[in-house]
Amino acid sequence: MINIKNLHASVDGQEILKGLNLDVKDGEVHAIMGPNGSGKSTLASVLAGKSEYEVAEGEVLFNGKNLLEMSAEDRAREGLFLAFQYPVEIPGVSNINFLKTAINEIRAYKGLGPIEPKTFLAMVKEKQSLVELDGKLTGRSVNEGFSGGEKKRNEIFQMAMLEPTLAILDETDSGLDIDALRIVANGVNKLRDQKRSFIIVTHYQRLLDYIIPDFVHVLYNGRIVKTGGKELALELEAKGYDWLKSESVEA
Amino acid sequence: MAEKNEILEEFTQGEYKYGFTSDIETEFAPKGLNEDIVRFISMKKKEPQWMLDFRLKAFRHWLKMKHPDHWAHVNFKPIDFQDSCYYAAPKKIKTVGSLDEVDQELLKTFEKLGISLEEQKRLVGMESKIAVDAVIDSVSVKTTFKEVLAEKGIIFCSFSEAVQEHPELIKKYMGSVVPYTDNFYATLNSAVFSDGSFCYIPKGVRCPMELSTYFRINSSGTGQFERTLIVADEGAYVSYLEGCTAPMRDENQLHAAIVEIVAHKDAEVKYSTVQNWYPGNKEGVGGIYNFVTKRGICLGDNSKISWTQVETGSAITWKYPSVILKGDHSVGEFYSVAVTNNYQQADTGTKMLHIGKNTRSTIISKGISAGKSQNSYRGLVRISKGATNARNFSQCDSLLMGDKCGAHTFPYIEIHDKSAVVEHEATTSKIGEDQIFYCKQRGIDTEKAIGLIVNGYCREVLNQLPMEFAVEAQKLLSVSLEGSVG
Repeated sequence: MINIKNLHASVDGQEILKGLNLDVKDGEVHAIMGPNGSGKSTLASVLAGKSEYEVAEGEVLFNGKNLLEMSAEDRAREGLFLAFQYPVEIPGVSNINFLKTAINEIRAYKGLGPIEPKTFLAMVKEKQSLVELDGKLTGRSVNEGFSGGEKKRNEIFQMAMLEPTLAILDETDSGLDIDALRIVANGVNKLRDQKRSFIIVTHYQRLLDYIIPDFVHVLYNGRIVKTGGKELALELEAKGYDWLKSESVEA
Repeated sequence: MAEKNEILEEFTQGEYKYGFTSDIETEFAPKGLNEDIVRFISMKKKEPQWMLDFRLKAFRHWLKMKHPDHWAHVNFKPIDFQDSCYYAAPKKIKTVGSLDEVDQELLKTFEKLGISLEEQKRLVGMESKIAVDAVIDSVSVKTTFKEVLAEKGIIFCSFSEAVQEHPELIKKYMGSVVPYTDNFYATLNSAVFSDGSFCYIPKGVRCPMELSTYFRINSSGTGQFERTLIVADEGAYVSYLEGCTAPMRDENQLHAAIVEIVAHKDAEVKYSTVQNWYPGNKEGVGGIYNFVTKRGICLGDNSKISWTQVETGSAITWKYPSVILKGDHSVGEFYSVAVTNNYQQADTGTKMLHIGKNTRSTIISKGISAGKSQNSYRGLVRISKGATNARNFSQCDSLLMGDKCGAHTFPYIEIHDKSAVVEHEATTSKIGEDQIFYCKQRGIDTEKAIGLIVNGYCREVLNQLPMEFAVEAQKLLSVSLEGSVG
């Protein structure tokens, strides 16, 4: 699915990612954990193609294609989806109109005509129930006046609508109460299949109680310093990150 | 950063679509401005003496006036009024007759502009028709659907024709809302105005179709001075549209128009403009100076006047469509989107003058500035003494794209009656890099993203436009802003 080799990236001249390696295969769920400032969100932004980030070195292959050479919109059209940590508001643009535009742009990229209105509406109905999103919200402007939880659920709803092959969740659990967390996790679990992979960036082990990852990686100082199974998350929860910091210095 | 600049580059190359010139045989008045020219215009139009007297009165007054100081937030070199031509007319138009008499080149011009002078359905699959009065340079060339309208007693014709056919109405209403002494450019217009549209809706009649005037400047070295007068008698309703374009030229051409609206008791007039005069090129060379006086009066009780404007063109726009709320319970509305890009300058807004009791006004202004442009909202809300329980709500939003443009808001509020409730809200925002990235991450490219965001931002105003115009306006917004990511 995605293969990241020796990725170096900086923002405002400051290097954040310092030789990151990660290999995610079809259908796998990888959790990326790590202390503040370790580069977790940078990784998500670099993969999505945010222009402030400069890649100095490294290679990223996405389904065999050179991801770093693609524009942000083409990455999305190729099936990469980022669930934002802070979803932005777009006043006056209805969620429905926004999604329809996005779907049709992606379809056009694949040489398909616009989606049938009927099919689209049926899809909206089906997918919004997945994240228990109120029908009224989908008619409102994109994220405008949504609560924190509603914004995050809307991200998962969009993900369900756009049917990506690789979904990156950037701290989707931050700011969620336990009920919202369960709803979001349920949505993600229902979307898991053998063709779709996930990279879940999170601070806390809590989310991983609901979304069971295949691998857990610890990102520290711009590099992955430890990789393990789901039990690694529990270990981190109990011991914190400090023991890894000293380990990585030794290494 | 590099990518950002590239996008900026790429987008600023948005071309003005209507910049072509047409080779139409044209008759000009000699260059310059003096009493003889005023008489010449009047003679060419075979006007009655009272009309000439009105022009001369205005001209003599104009001679005594000084060009307004630059109180507006716009900047331009003094205009040489002797260097312009004040009358230009396509030669082949004699009277408004059948289409066969119209110059083929002229017909083609309007076809290119997407304006049909043939009486046909303009919206596929819809019963709605739009009657058009087409004005090129100084004269009206064709008014459609006149007979259909006449059945209901509606008068819709060129201003020149109205002077001949309906002198009593013109004498009664012309200058009643914008007097010839009103301001420098209105006075100039009163002296040399060439043509425009006249519309009268009789008592109790709801106009069955949208009426529209399409203005086109074609000749070089000319100014355009048209006059529009709309009168809605008791209980009448009309929705009026105005569109305009001009060829691309290196010179600055002056457009100084007057629009007057009179709404009697229980009448409603909705006036929509999509202003797309040539804005000049990327370096700010050329473009139209759009100095326009638009004003309506809610003369009778329960009357309503609503202005909706989408301003994307002109090098400089200087206009304040206003409403005098004289009748009790009358309503004034102003919905505006003003877009400036490159070196465009706009100083636009409205005046809501509350005189009657229980009068209400709403102002929604959306300014969008990009490139090196300057965009100002200037609005006056005045509640006169005795205008009890007057209400106003104003919302002025500015959207900035890039860091070289300016957005300014100049609200003036004068309250002389304690019972008034006046609310003013203002916001300034930047089109977020974050918003654009969010769209891109969903597969929507930058150009489409800007279109989406800007149209969303203007939605309250665009919703006020008749459907056909709304579609055109949406496209126009995207085109005007090409090149303005910041």
